[in-house]
Amino acid sequence: MRQARQQRENLVLLALIAPAAAVFTAFWLLPMARLALIAGTGPDGLAAYAAILTHPRYLQSLVATLLLSAAVTAAALAIAGVAGLFLARNRFPGQSLLLAMLTFPLAFPGVVVGFMVIMLAGRQGLIGEIAFRLFGSRLVFAYSMAGLFMGYLYFSIPRVILTVMAAAEKLDPSLEEAARSLGAGRWRVLRDVIIPGLGPALISSGAISFATAMGAFGTAFTLATANLVMAASLSIVLGFVTWLALALARSAAGAGVAAAA
Amino acid sequence: MSGRWSFWAQLAFTLLVSLFLIVPMILSVIAGVTVNFIQGVKSGLTLHWIADVWSNYSHTIYLSLLVAVACLGATLLLGVPAAYVLARRQSRWTRLVEELLVLPVAVPGLATALALILLYGRFGAFRNSWLFILVGHLLFTLPFMVRSVLAVLSSIDLATLEEGAASLGASFVQRFFGIVLPNCRSGILAGALMVVTLSVGEFNMTWMLHTPLTKTLPVGLADSYASMRLEIGSAYTILFFFMIVPLLLLLQRFARAAEGARR
Repeated sequence: MRQARQQRENLVLLALIAPAAAVFTAFWLLPMARLALIAGTGPDGLAAYAAILTHPRYLQSLVATLLLSAAVTAAALAIAGVAGLFLARNRFPGQSLLLAMLTFPLAFPGVVVGFMVIMLAGRQGLIGEIAFRLFGSRLVFAYSMAGLFMGYLYFSIPRVILTVMAAAEKLDPSLEEAARSLGAGRWRVLRDVIIPGLGPALISSGAISFATAMGAFGTAFTLATANLVMAASLSIVLGFVTWLALALARSAAGAGVAAAA
Repeated sequence: MSGRWSFWAQLAFTLLVSLFLIVPMILSVIAGVTVNFIQGVKSGLTLHWIADVWSNYSHTIYLSLLVAVACLGATLLLGVPAAYVLARRQSRWTRLVEELLVLPVAVPGLATALALILLYGRFGAFRNSWLFILVGHLLFTLPFMVRSVLAVLSSIDLATLEEGAASLGASFVQRFFGIVLPNCRSGILAGALMVVTLSVGEFNMTWMLHTPLTKTLPVGLADSYASMRLEIGSAYTILFFFMIVPLLLLLQRFARAAEGARR
């Protein structure tokens, strides 16, 4: 009797998850498997993957992407870390408005972020205008690496701020008090108590900003190569790097949490 | 003394960061209603550009709304039952399913779009319809609905509640609609807002999946940035803000309410 009920319940649960599983298999797992096969069995076979590492032009782009993504991640962590920590640890009038402004761009797609950068640093942009008034020459950098850097920064700051704030609110204030009562100065407390406490949050939000920068730049680069096999293998390599960054961050964050507990 | 100084320094820094984010938004709103942006606001204000955008691109706005609503419906139908199953049975398999569902978010949208085109591109009627875009959006938003509902379901003791109802003779359907759904209402609502916001803003995948007849709002935006004057791109961006900002405000409000409830 009880076993029969258990069995029926299992069937019901299976029926409930089946539609999602079917859609996911048909529209993601199968197409992705096919994409990986095509990239690996094209005219050049696995050489398509190797070309990314051996062809100087591709390799150069890959290295540039990695460097840019790492620089953006470091800058976003530093800037958003300070702002997020400040917002989490202080209460003042207008704070919620400030927070709302800092998190508005959260849902902007890449194109809109790009347009925002053009508004700031493009040919008719504000920075160019100010530089023109001050020094008589227009400063335009929206269409270069610096513009990309700015765009990814714009994209990442809101995300990191939210994660840092959530983590800062969970920090145990007694640790900080203990450090202070033992005579630790402000910087010492920051270095030895607060930053280690925020570690997991910094790592995971850093990984997300790194992954988005890698993914977005990779998209642009892949579109520029205009070769389906090459595009397929590139997007898979990028997908793998992204997934790896996220997985490493998760395990590092997990270990961090375990070490703190 | 030094504490005050540090407070003001940090406040100034945070304000600077928010200016970096907000000023370009304000600039593009101004540019969208200015007769000639190079000459500045003194050239006069106009709604001409917005009317222009509306006549050229209103179909992209309707399509984005259609896709977002359909995507919401599909994530509700697929995601809520799936989240329920994942909450009821916690095993290695369900964890694997959870991980797999997030992959379309972690992998660049380009790869997913390319894979979809390779496998389903030859079915012309499907490839050219808006349903093709819906599939991409569904893959991208489904994990957000599942996670949001799952987070709420994991925080309540579902098994005990259901057992109680079952011992009183409630059938599975009665339990699902009478106990499970009302209990995860807040998760469903937060997930729904997230799904609509993400769908309206999705670009990476949609750019690869769209055809000239199936342009969504962000694809139209990219089109206008590339080929129209700055004022038209800006006016179009204003329309985008009109759609996305209310959704974001709702989301933020919701997150705060959820946090308040947790305390």
